[in-house]
Amino acid sequence: MTKVTMTVNGKAVSGDVEGRTLLSSFLREDQGLTGTHVGCDTSQCGACVVHVDGAAVKACTMLAAEADGAEVNTIEGQANADGSLNVIQQAFQDHHGLQCGFCTPGMVMSAAALLKDNPKPSEQEVRDYLEGNICRCTGYHNIVKAIMAASGQDVPAMAAE
Amino acid sequence: MPKDTGIGASTVRREDVRFLTGTGEYTDDIVLAKQTYAVFARSTVAHGTIKSIDTSAAEAMPGVLAVFTGEDFVEVGGNPAGWLINSRDGEPMKEPKRPVLAHGKVRHVGDAYAAVIAETIEQARDAVEAIEADIDELPAVVDMNDALSGSNFVHDEIETNQCFDWGWIEDNREATDNAIKNAHHVTTLELVNNRLVPNAMEPRASIGSYKASTGEYTLHTTSQNPHLTRLLISAFVLGIPENMLTVIAPDVGGGFGSKIYHYGEEALVLAAAKKLGRPVKWTADRTESFLTDAHGRDHVTKIELALDAEGNFLAFRTDTKANVGAYLSNFSTATPTFLHGTLMAGNYTVPLVYVNVKAVFTNTAPVDAYRGAGRPEATYSLERVIDKAARELGMDPIELRRKNFIKPDQYPYASAAGLEYDAGNYDALMDKMEEVADVAGFEARRQASEAKGLLRGFGVNAYIEACGIAPSNLVGVLGSRVGLYDAATVRVNATGNLSVMVGAHSHGQGHETAFPQVVAEMLGIDPAVIDIVHGDTSKIPFGMGTYGSRSLAVCGSAVVRATEKIINKAKKIAGHMLEASEHDITLSDGVFSVDGTDKSVTFGEVALKAYIPHEYPLEDIEPGLEETAFYDPANFTYPSGAYACEVEVDPDTGKVRVDRMTAVDDFGNVINPMIVTGQVHGGLAQGIGQALVENTSYDENGQLLSASYMDYTMPRADDMPMFAVDHSQGTLCTHNPLGVKGCGEAGAIGSPPTVVNAVIDALQSGGRNVTHIDMPVTPARVWDAMQNAK
Amino acid sequence: MYNFDVEKPGTIAEAAAAMGADEAQALGGGQTLIPTLKQRLASPSTLVSLRGVAEMQGITRDGDSLRIGGATTHAAVAADGSYPALSALAAHIGDPAVRNRGTIGGSLANNDPAACYPAAALASGATIVTNTREIAADDYFQGMFETALDEGEIITAVRFPIPQAAHYEKFVQPASRFALVGVFVAKFADGVRVAVTGASNEGVHRWAEAEAALSADFSAGAIDGLSVSADNLIADLHGSAAYRAHLVKVMTGRAVSAAS
Repeated sequence: MTKVTMTVNGKAVSGDVEGRTLLSSFLREDQGLTGTHVGCDTSQCGACVVHVDGAAVKACTMLAAEADGAEVNTIEGQANADGSLNVIQQAFQDHHGLQCGFCTPGMVMSAAALLKDNPKPSEQEVRDYLEGNICRCTGYHNIVKAIMAASGQDVPAMAAE
Repeated sequence: MPKDTGIGASTVRREDVRFLTGTGEYTDDIVLAKQTYAVFARSTVAHGTIKSIDTSAAEAMPGVLAVFTGEDFVEVGGNPAGWLINSRDGEPMKEPKRPVLAHGKVRHVGDAYAAVIAETIEQARDAVEAIEADIDELPAVVDMNDALSGSNFVHDEIETNQCFDWGWIEDNREATDNAIKNAHHVTTLELVNNRLVPNAMEPRASIGSYKASTGEYTLHTTSQNPHLTRLLISAFVLGIPENMLTVIAPDVGGGFGSKIYHYGEEALVLAAAKKLGRPVKWTADRTESFLTDAHGRDHVTKIELALDAEGNFLAFRTDTKANVGAYLSNFSTATPTFLHGTLMAGNYTVPLVYVNVKAVFTNTAPVDAYRGAGRPEATYSLERVIDKAARELGMDPIELRRKNFIKPDQYPYASAAGLEYDAGNYDALMDKMEEVADVAGFEARRQASEAKGLLRGFGVNAYIEACGIAPSNLVGVLGSRVGLYDAATVRVNATGNLSVMVGAHSHGQGHETAFPQVVAEMLGIDPAVIDIVHGDTSKIPFGMGTYGSRSLAVCGSAVVRATEKIINKAKKIAGHMLEASEHDITLSDGVFSVDGTDKSVTFGEVALKAYIPHEYPLEDIEPGLEETAFYDPANFTYPSGAYACEVEVDPDTGKVRVDRMTAVDDFGNVINPMIVTGQVHGGLAQGIGQALVENTSYDENGQLLSASYMDYTMPRADDMPMFAVDHSQGTLCTHNPLGVKGCGEAGAIGSPPTVVNAVIDALQSGGRNVTHIDMPVTPARVWDAMQNAK
Repeated sequence: MYNFDVEKPGTIAEAAAAMGADEAQALGGGQTLIPTLKQRLASPSTLVSLRGVAEMQGITRDGDSLRIGGATTHAAVAADGSYPALSALAAHIGDPAVRNRGTIGGSLANNDPAACYPAAALASGATIVTNTREIAADDYFQGMFETALDEGEIITAVRFPIPQAAHYEKFVQPASRFALVGVFVAKFADGVRVAVTGASNEGVHRWAEAEAALSADFSAGAIDGLSVSADNLIADLHGSAAYRAHLVKVMTGRAVSAAS
C-alpha cells in the first residue's frame, strides 16, 4: 500500500492504495464519490470520465497512484456553489439529455471539457467529441442539443418537435 | 399553447437533479456494513461435462469466506420460463431445469459453475482462479439447423434441441398454403433478425443480505420488476416466503428487457448472505454482461407474401427458427410466439396469416425479450417483404402499403393474426410522415448526393405493435403463468402531500415526473407535492414491473383508478364537512364545492380531516385517505407508426450513413411529450444500431467473438443524425382510462426495416441489383453484396 | 488485476533502472495496458510509469524534423500542428479522454496491428529513439505486437522527417475505433512511402507497388492499375481479407488526394 494525496473537487484528500487501485475505485470506494460510474472494462463507455489537472480522462483506465498530487474534478463538484445545477447540468435537464442517468456523469464531464477548449462547437464537433461516451437511452439527440444549448448557441432546429 | 403542468405538459424531469449531480444511487453504489464480495467461476467452453470441481485450494486462499458450486443448489428449484407454449401437435414445450449454478454440464461460455465469497473483490478473483474444475469439453451446438438435425443435445434429458414447434394460427395453415399456391404473385424473402446484446450501460449487480434474528432477506438488485423477481425467487427457486424477502431495485441504469429476468446471481448472493450472516455483493463487469445477460432477437426466417394482380395482400406465411440459447429465460418462450406471431398481419387487411416458429436450444447465452420483443422481428419480416414485393411489382412502396391498410372506419378490427385492434389511422400517419420527411424533396437530395459520388436511398415502413401487456385472462389462455395487471396505491398524507406507490419501475422512463402529472391533473393540485415511490417490494403494493411499453397503459391506469377512489372518498368527507350530499360535490382545481353554492373546502382541508377525524362520521367513513387499485387491461394497446429513412451509401467502401430519420407515431394520448420524444429517440438509435452496426457473433465453438466494446459496436453520437419525431396523429386507446398506448419500444420496432429498405433503395437506384442484405448492414456486407451483384 | 508496484521515475536513467526489476513493465498512458491487466492477461511485478519523465515529454522542431518525446500524449501531438498529417492522425486516435492519457511511445511499443501511429512512423521513415539506441522504422516493426525493442528498453523519443505532403486515411473498425484499414502516404523529395495498418496479419507494412507508382506520379489515379492481394490479410467479423484488400487501395487513393 502506498499513500496518495490529491485534491478532489477542491478538497485535499489522501488514502492508502495498492498499485492496482484504479482512480475510479479510489473515488468510488475510498472517497464515497459514487457519481463516477464504471460501465465497461475496455476504456470505451466513458461513464467514468473525470478531469485530472483539467483534462478529461477515463478514471477506470488510470491508476490512483498516477493521480498522486493531481487536481481531480468529478461530477459531484460540478454544481454551482449554491448547489444549483451549473449551465451544462441545467441544459441537460432542460433538453432531456438523460434518461437512466448512468452515462450522464461522464457525458457532463466530457461536455465540460469540450466547452472549455471549444466554447462554440458545431453539432458535428459535439458528436465527434462524444466518441468515447456511450449512451444507450437517448440516441444522443438530446445530449447534443443540451451541449449546444449550454454553449449558448441555438439548438439545431428539429422538425415537428 | 403547451401546458406547463399536468397531462400534456413537457415537464422537465425531477429525477434528473440527482443523476446530474452524481447523487443517484445505483446498486453498486450501495455499501452495506460488513459486505463481502462474490465472484463467479464461469465456463470458458460452450459445452462440457463437469467431471469434478475441487474448491479446497480456493477455500484456503486469503480472505475467502465460502465457495459454492452447483452441488449446493441441487435441492432448490430452477429458474422457470414464465410462459408455457404448446407445439402444433399439442405437446407442451421442453422445459429443462435452469439451476442457480451449472450442475452436471456447462452449456454456454459464461455459464457459472461456482462462486467465491471473499472479504475483497480481488481476493475473490484470486480464489476463482484457484478452483480446479475438470470440465470435459463437448462439441458445441451453435447453428440452429445443426441443432435441429443433430444428436448432440444441449440438454441430454430432453433428447432434442427443439423446445417447441408452434403454429399460429394453426387452423389457417391449409388456407394460407392454398392462397400462396394459387396467388398471382408471391414474394419470398429469407432473412436473419440479428442477435443483439441489450447493453444497458449499468452492468447487472446484486447485494443479498440476511437478518438472522428475524429471518428476513433483502435483495438489492438491478431489476425492472422487483415484485416479479421476488415471486420467482420465492415461489420457484429458493422458496423464501414472500413476506420474508424484500427486493429493492434502486436507481437502475437502463434495462431494455435484460433486467426483467431473474438471474442465478441473485439467488446466489441471497443464499450466501444467509450462510455467512453478512451481505454479499456481486457486480458484473462488461464482459460478464456480454456473456450472461439475456440477448435479444436471433431469428432466422423465411417469409412469403401472396398478392393478387392489383397488389392486394392475400396471405403472409412465415417459417422461423428462434434461438433460445442454452436455457429458457423467463419470457423467452413468449417472445418469438405470442409477441411475434400475433403481429404478423401488420397494419393490413390481409385475410390469412400463418406463422411457424421452432424454438431451438443452442450452446449460447439465453435469448429473451429485448426492446420490442417479438414485434421488431414481426415488423422487420413484414416490412422487408412488402418492400421487396413493391419492387417486384413495380409499385410505389408507400402506395402498396396504403392500398392494404386497415381504414379508420374498420375498427375494432379483428386481424388475421388473432388480435383485435381498437383504434388507429395509418393513412394519417403516412400523410404526416410524407410531410415531415419531405418526401417531395427526396429527388433533389438524391441528386446532390450523386454529385458527391454517393448513393442516396429512401426507405419507408409502417408498423403496428401490441403494448400494455396484458389482459390476464387472455394471456392465461395463451400459456402465461402470471397475470399481467399492475397496481398502485395513492396515499394522501395529513398535510396534503401525496405518496404514490407504483408497481412500474422507472429506469430511465421518467415515471417520477410523468405519474405525478396524471395525479395532479385529476386532483387539480400542484404535481410538486406528489412523490412517486417505486422499486421496493416493502413499500409498494404489488407490481408486474416495466417492460412491453406497459408502465403508463397498465400501471398508469391503476394510478387513475386509485386516484378515482381517493376522489370518491374525499367527496364523501367534503360532503360531510360541507353538510351536503357527496353527489352534489364537484372537484375542480383542488377545491371541493357544493354545486350551486359558494360552499367549498380545499383538497388539503379534506386530507387533514381524514387524518384528524374530529366531528367525523366514523360510522360511514373510515379515517385516512389511502387507496389501492389493481388494474388488469381489457386488451393490448396498439401503437402504430410510419417511419422514413434516408441513407447515403459510399459505393467505394460500402459505408452507410443515416442522413435523415423520421418517426411519426400514434401513441394515443401523450402525458409528457418531452419524455415520449426522448423514448422514441432512444428506440431509433437501438433500431439503427441493429440495422447497421450491432453484431453478436459466436464462432463454431460457441465462443462469443463480440464480447466487449472492442468488437460489439455500440451506436455512438457520430453515427446518429438528428431525428424528426412527431406524435400529433394520435388516436385514443379505447379501453384504458387515459387513452394511452405506450411509446418505449416503437423506435426500435419501426426503424430497422426502414433503414434496410433505404439501403436497398440506394443500391438499386445506383444500378446495383441488390435485393437484400442481412443486418447489421455493415460496410463489408454492403461491399460484398455489390460485388455479388456485378 | 493482479497486484503490482508502481514506480514513478523522474529521469530516463531512473526509468531504465526501474525496468531492470524482474517482470517490470513500462506504463505509458495505460490505455491498452490497463484494460489488458484488468483481464488478468499479464502479471507484471512493477509498472514503471513514464509520464513523470520530463525528458520524454514534448515536441521540438528542428528544421524538417520533428522530435516527439516518448511520453507525449496523443492530445499534445494533435495540438502541435508542425506535421499536419501526423497531428490529424493523433486527433483521431481513440477518443478525447484516451488521447489525454495515451502516449506515442506506448502505442509504438505495443505495435497493435490496427493502431494508427505505426503507419505514420513507417510511412514517414521515422527513427525510434530508445534509452540505448536509435532504430529506423523499417527495422523497428517486426509483425503483430512484435518490435525490435529489447527487454526493458524504453522508447524515449520518436524523430519524424516532415514530408513535402502527407495524409493518413483511416477506415474505422466501428466498435474499437481502431483502423480496419489505415493508410499513411508521405511524399518526400526522394520518393513516396506508403504504410498500411489494420489490414495484415503481419502488422503494419509498406506497400511497395504503390510507392513506386506514386513516386512516379503522385496522384490518386497512379494506383488505378494496382491490385492488393488478400493473402495474409486479416479476416474477422468486421470484414474479409478481400474487403480489407479493397480498402487498402481505396484508402490509399483517398490519402493521396487529400495529401497536403
